[in-house]
Formats: sequence, structure tokens, C-alpha cells
Amino acid sequence: MNHWIIVPVVLPAVMGAAIVLLMRHDLLLQRVFSVAATLALVTVGIALTIAASHTPAEVYLLGNWPAPFGIVLVLDRLSAMMVLLTAVLAAIVQLYAIGTQWDTRGRHFHALFQFQLMGISGAFLTGDAFNLFVFFEVLLIASYGLMIHGGGKNRLRAGVQYIAFNLVGSSLFLFALASLYALTGTLNIADLVVKVQTLPEGDAALFRATMVLLMLVFAIKGALVPLQFWLPGTYANAPGPVAALFAVMTKIGAYAMIRFGVMVIPPSTPATGTLIADLLLPAALITLVVGAIGVLGATTLSRLAAFAAIASMGTLFVAVSAFTPAGTSAALYYMIHSTLAGAALFLIIDLIIDRRADDGLRQSLPPIAQGGLIAALFMATAIALAGMPPLSGFIGKLLVMQALRDQAALVWSIILVTSLVSIMGFARAGSTVFWKAHASAPADPPQHAPEALSFLAIGLLLAGLVALTVLAGPITAWLDVAAANLHDPSAYIAANALPGGN
Amino acid sequence: MEILVASAIGLLASAGIYLMLRQRTFPVIVGLTLLSYAVNVFIFAVGRLVVGLPPILDKAAAGYTDPLPQALVLTAIVISFGMTAVIVIIALGAYLESGHDRVDMTDDTDEPEVRK
Repeated sequence: MNHWIIVPVVLPAVMGAAIVLLMRHDLLLQRVFSVAATLALVTVGIALTIAASHTPAEVYLLGNWPAPFGIVLVLDRLSAMMVLLTAVLAAIVQLYAIGTQWDTRGRHFHALFQFQLMGISGAFLTGDAFNLFVFFEVLLIASYGLMIHGGGKNRLRAGVQYIAFNLVGSSLFLFALASLYALTGTLNIADLVVKVQTLPEGDAALFRATMVLLMLVFAIKGALVPLQFWLPGTYANAPGPVAALFAVMTKIGAYAMIRFGVMVIPPSTPATGTLIADLLLPAALITLVVGAIGVLGATTLSRLAAFAAIASMGTLFVAVSAFTPAGTSAALYYMIHSTLAGAALFLIIDLIIDRRADDGLRQSLPPIAQGGLIAALFMATAIALAGMPPLSGFIGKLLVMQALRDQAALVWSIILVTSLVSIMGFARAGSTVFWKAHASAPADPPQHAPEALSFLAIGLLLAGLVALTVLAGPITAWLDVAAANLHDPSAYIAANALPGGN
Repeated sequence: MEILVASAIGLLASAGIYLMLRQRTFPVIVGLTLLSYAVNVFIFAVGRLVVGLPPILDKAAAGYTDPLPQALVLTAIVISFGMTAVIVIIALGAYLESGHDRVDMTDDTDEPEVRK
């Protein structure tokens, strides 16, 4: 048994507790240990990804009880990739938070950050549906603390909405899981894959209702229309680095939908058929449209970034809704791309707001300090998010469109038109903030500390996008195998060593 | 007994949803709490309702009560309790900062005083 599988959960848990108990009065100590722990998590993530490349699936028995009686963690390509992506994003966001002193604007930033990482890693690694709920709650309760970090009236009020929305989501999740247990008698995901195929016909209707309920929960997390209402308010009011970290939180919804939609109830399942795909595709397309219109019509920079996040979730869910290996592979590629690009946009906008002292896009204000560099970064990120060449957004959208070429008339036209609309939205925001600013240039140039660490963090995110573009060939080949393993989960089931010789 | 439990869940859930749709934080939180009670009873019931049977395999007894939903419901109770505590504190913070307890994000300028 490979004990490294539990490390992404245990390491942040221990570090978070150590920070809050032993280092609460010493910020420097907190920073050093927190960054060290996150970098260690990156290393473990790389090691797990390499391990997952060699074996299709590996199981870690918590408490050494065999599946399906005990809770298991399962390492496969998808979970290893998501843990690595989370760790890399977290390390970069942490550098930014230290560089801009965001972590001094409230208490316990680093402890909450570590608990957040614990929840996210656990959610990706777990092989048990109820355990997935528990890790969702762990990551949510840490995200509540991070979201209101720094305080302020609007942030607290947005926080109340965010928590209320997620509490409803958690209740629905529990209803769905309880019904799932009542129908199948198991909550182990591998066991579910097996049992769902042989469900008695009389239970089919209840099972369909259960699965739609479960997908609704994941749609809330993934901000799928019509359940996206919480996202703009939350992301626009959250502190910049926290919103950047949340870029991976919406992906958890997409991850869970891939895990359940592709693995547990593929369209070949007799009880559900293509029900989920039929519901998901229109919702995803509308999400994309809403996101693009939001980018064009946003009145503040942070809402612009939030709607860009919604649009990218739309594209991602369009790819998922194909439920083919090519579609899943495209979804995974786009997931990596949109996490890095979305996070970069939130960080850049945080830099701009900090210098401009205003979030609005209605009027242009005098030029900001380091305006040239920030404008260049903004433009690169906008190109990536809108899906223009040469960055990875272009390749990602190309893969998505290729995967859905049998529905080209509808899907291609919506993807292409929304790309154009987002380009217009980004161009409008960029010219308001950077170009028109020079019309009202004051006599003395604006001053602001350059914060090398923050620029380094954004540079690293963009370097990640460049690497994703240059290495697109090997990465998609690797992701194709990951997608194939999801569509044929026999190795996943075999790793769980279920009774009955599956 | 089934009808009693089922209608109790339905009543709790509908009252919870009604309160959740209110405009002020206190009814919303009470609504969320009621909904979580409904979930808890629901989880408890998915192990099938039986009377007087042991929760572990016992050769002397006719059958057994499924113990897993009881373990699940304990977890769910603890989590929903913790989450309710968090939202109460944050709602209090939002009330103290903004001077009213509306849930929606309207502008504060045309806001009536909080009713005492």
C-alpha cells in the first residue's frame, strides 16, 4: 500500500493545526511553514502523478478495512492531476498573498489556507461518495473563513449569501447520497459502478431522480446555469488571492460530475441512459452565453473576472456533456487551462484595484503605477481566457470543438460567438483601464511599491499557460489515457478488490 | 410509522424551504436548520424503518437494523451543527457592519431602519 496517497490530506491538516496552535502570533513563522508545506504538497503531487502514470488505479485503505466496508482513497490519473494542479495553484497564490501583504489584513490566513488545501485534496482523492461530502464540507468551511478574510461590510454580506447557498447545496447532497444508499446499499464509488448496472427496473425512476439531484449539487459547485447566482457576488467580493484559489473550487464540481457522470452512470447505463447528457449540454451552452454576456456587460473589474470564470465553466461542461473519451480528455485539458488562466485574471485585477483604488469600469481614472507591465499581463491573460492563439485557451477550445463535431452547428457557433463577445468584453475593460487613462494623466506619476513577489506569482501562472501550450502534445496524450481509464473503469474497480471477483 | 416519518420529513423540509426564501438572515438560518433536520431524519430512514432489532448481526434475532445510516446521520448532524454556528456568527458580523440584516445585496442608501 502506497502511503503517499494520504499525504496530501494529512500534511495540510497537521500544518493548519500547527499554524493555528503554535504560530498564531508570529506571521513570519506562519509564512515560512505554510509555504514550505505547500511546496512539499507540490512535490508529493508530482510524485503521485508519476505513480499514477504507471498504474491505472491504486487504493489506500483508511483504517485497513477492505472496500466497500471501509473508506478508501483512490489514486488514478484524474485525481493525481487534480491534486498537483491544486498544489501548484496554491503555491503561486500563496506567494502572491505574501507579496501583496493580503495575509496581514485578517487573522489565520495561512491556517485556513492549509485547511482549504486539505479539503480540496481529500475531495479529489476519495473513493467514497459520503467521504466526498465530508471533504466538500471541510473545504467549504475553510473557504467561508477565507472568503470573509479582511472583513468589510460587502464582503461579510456576500459571505452570508455564499454560506447559505452552500448549506442548501449540502442538504441536497445528503438527500442524494441517502437515496443512493437506499437504492444500492453502498457508497463506495467503485462498488456503485458495478451495482448501478444491475439495478432492478422498478428502482429506475427513483435512481434517475437521485442522480439528477446529485448532478444539481455538482452544478451548484460548478456554477452551472441556473445555479450560478452565488458566483459573481462571492468571487467579486472575496479577496483577490482567495478568488484565485477559488478558481480550482468550481473545478471540483466539474471533477465530481466527470467522476459520477462518466464513471458511475455512463450513457450506456440502462437506468439513466442519456438523461444527464441531455440536461447538461443545454445548461452548459447557456452558462457559456451568460458568462460571455457578463464579461461584456460587467460594471466592475472583479465581476468581469467572475463572469469569465462562469464562461470557462460553460466551455468545460460542454466538453463533459459529450460523455466520450475525446470529450472528457478535452474537458480535462480545458480544466487545467481555465484554472491557471482564471486565477491569473483574479490576481491581475487585484493588482489593478489596489493601485487604482476603484473597481469600476464606468469611468477611466488616471494611469496606475507599473501600468505598462500590468497591461501586458492583462492582455496575455485575456488572450488565454478568450481562447485566441497562441495560448492554451485556443488549443483547449479547439479540442472541445473537435470532440463535439457531430453537433457542430449548435455547439461550434455558440463557442465561437461567445469567444468573440468575450474578446470584446476584455478589450473594452482593457482600454478603459489602461488606454483611456492617459487622457487624464496627472502631473506627478503614480507611486506604488513594485511587489516583485506578486508579479513573479502572476508570471509563474502565465508560464504555466505557455508550458501547457508548448507541451500540449504530451499532455493530451497523457490525458487521453486518463479519460480512457474513466470510460472503462475496470482497473478502478479491480484496485478496490471488491468481493465477487470484479 | 412510515407515514408519520415521511410526513414529518416533508413538513420539516417545506417549512425549511419557506423560511429560506425570506428576506432576513434570521428566518433564513432557521429555515436552513429545519432543512438539515429533515435531511437527518431522511438519512436515518434510508436504512429502512424497523422496530426492536439489534444494530449488529445476531443469530437469535430475526434480522438487524442497518447501522450505517446511523453513522452517516451522526456525521451529518455534527457538520450541519458546525455550519449553522458559522453562518450565525458571520450573519451577526454582517448585521453589525451594515446595520441591517437583509440577505440580498441591495444598496444601503435607500434602506429602511431595522425593525426593532
